[in-house]
Amino acid sequence: MDNIYYYLNVLFVETYKILFLLIPILVSVAMIVWLDRRVWAFVQKRRGPNVVGPFGLFQSLADALKYIFKEIIIPASSNKVIFIIAPIITMTLALVAWAVIPFGEDFVLANINVGILYLFAVSSLGVYGIIMGGWASNSKYPFLGAIRSAAQMVSYEVSIGIIIINVLLCVGSLNLTDIVLAQQQFWFVLPLFPMFIIFFISALAETNRPPFDLPEAEAELVAGYQTEYSGMMYAMFWLGEYANILLMCAMGSILFLGGWLPPIEIYPFNLIPGALWLIFKILFLFIIFALVKAIVPRYRYDQLMRLGWKIFLPFSLVWLILTATYLYYFNLLPSV
Amino acid sequence: MKFSRIIKTIFLLDFLKGMIMAIKEIFKSKKTINYPFEKGKISPRFRGEHALRRYPNGEERCIACKLCEAVCPAQAITIESTERADGSRKTTRYDIDMLKCIYCGLCEESCPVDAIVQGPNFEFATETREELYYNKEKLLDNGDRWESILAANIKADKPFR
Repeated sequence: MDNIYYYLNVLFVETYKILFLLIPILVSVAMIVWLDRRVWAFVQKRRGPNVVGPFGLFQSLADALKYIFKEIIIPASSNKVIFIIAPIITMTLALVAWAVIPFGEDFVLANINVGILYLFAVSSLGVYGIIMGGWASNSKYPFLGAIRSAAQMVSYEVSIGIIIINVLLCVGSLNLTDIVLAQQQFWFVLPLFPMFIIFFISALAETNRPPFDLPEAEAELVAGYQTEYSGMMYAMFWLGEYANILLMCAMGSILFLGGWLPPIEIYPFNLIPGALWLIFKILFLFIIFALVKAIVPRYRYDQLMRLGWKIFLPFSLVWLILTATYLYYFNLLPSV
Repeated sequence: MKFSRIIKTIFLLDFLKGMIMAIKEIFKSKKTINYPFEKGKISPRFRGEHALRRYPNGEERCIACKLCEAVCPAQAITIESTERADGSRKTTRYDIDMLKCIYCGLCEESCPVDAIVQGPNFEFATETREELYYNKEKLLDNGDRWESILAANIKADKPFR
């Protein structure tokens, strides 16, 4: 009997923890969509959403409400089960990855040993939601969009993987908390600056943002893999996409910008709690994401592949060798 | 490839230039207006929602000459008329199908007594088609509601007619 109470207790505690993490993330995803649209509009000298709530902050909630009340249309010739599962998978995977993101030294849902590997694996799985959605729609544009998306995400994951190895060489641990703590002297963005840039560009490609938004290139593919989706299912794709963008920003700030660490360990900076620092860094990266969306034209598909395979991959490999050589020569390799 | 071009590509110089420009643009004044709360300026000649005007004494201007009905290229206007006790000819029916109307302004131009005019209102969207089949009552009501603006617009446009 005592055992049952113990397990129930653990269950409730964990559920509360998860809710405590998930709800702020869902809310911030809604806010981030607003921020994205707003920054985009400001660059184009428009006003952007500014009617619903103060500064239009509740625009995303209004949109979500609209999506909920819209009819979900399932194409007659689609594979219905996969069609319905696809957006669920996209959203779940985008949210599940947040479990390992550390907001502070002890402020993490699951402090697992192979955090970065888990993060990488989950974000790689994200492509399945898109492929399934595109394939199950049984229509040409979603199918083409899904193929493009799969090829694109796979190619850029390779260079992201090698960039992560660069960081791991300097840390000697796959644990995200250790990665952040290793940056107490200086952030990895300083020694590995080119890697940070390549990581950022690859993250753009990974999350299908402009200039790499070929999977949903509206001029050619209507809306890519989302074409046949409507109502709440479309909103889930959309939510997953932005949660993924946030996740990539969080990954960038943990790997290169020192996670929850303040920029300098002196008086006014270390008063601000670490979680806030991480949020600032994520926001900073996201605003750059939004600015990039406003200023760049779309790549052609062969240019995209050329950039991924012929430039980023060799460059990051060479940099990996340089990093390893440097660390070995100066005896800086982390002791494991 | 030229050397300067290679440098540009490697250090993303064009991209940085674009980024700086984008950030500068953010702080410039907005070129769009806050639509439902503030509206753009409309010319006196603007061809919006129709209205039937009255004379200051309350008499309808329309004399049922049916020029507007004849000139209407979309055949959106339907007029029926009768003779009144005092011998004047007045309309018994004046319908405009706003869904057929192409807002060309020919009815306004053809009208000898400035009775049918197109006012400045362009926000008359409805939820059903039926509401856009305007009858005489609705058009006269429009005329009463917008009279001051309509009269001012006609006066402002007079020198150019």
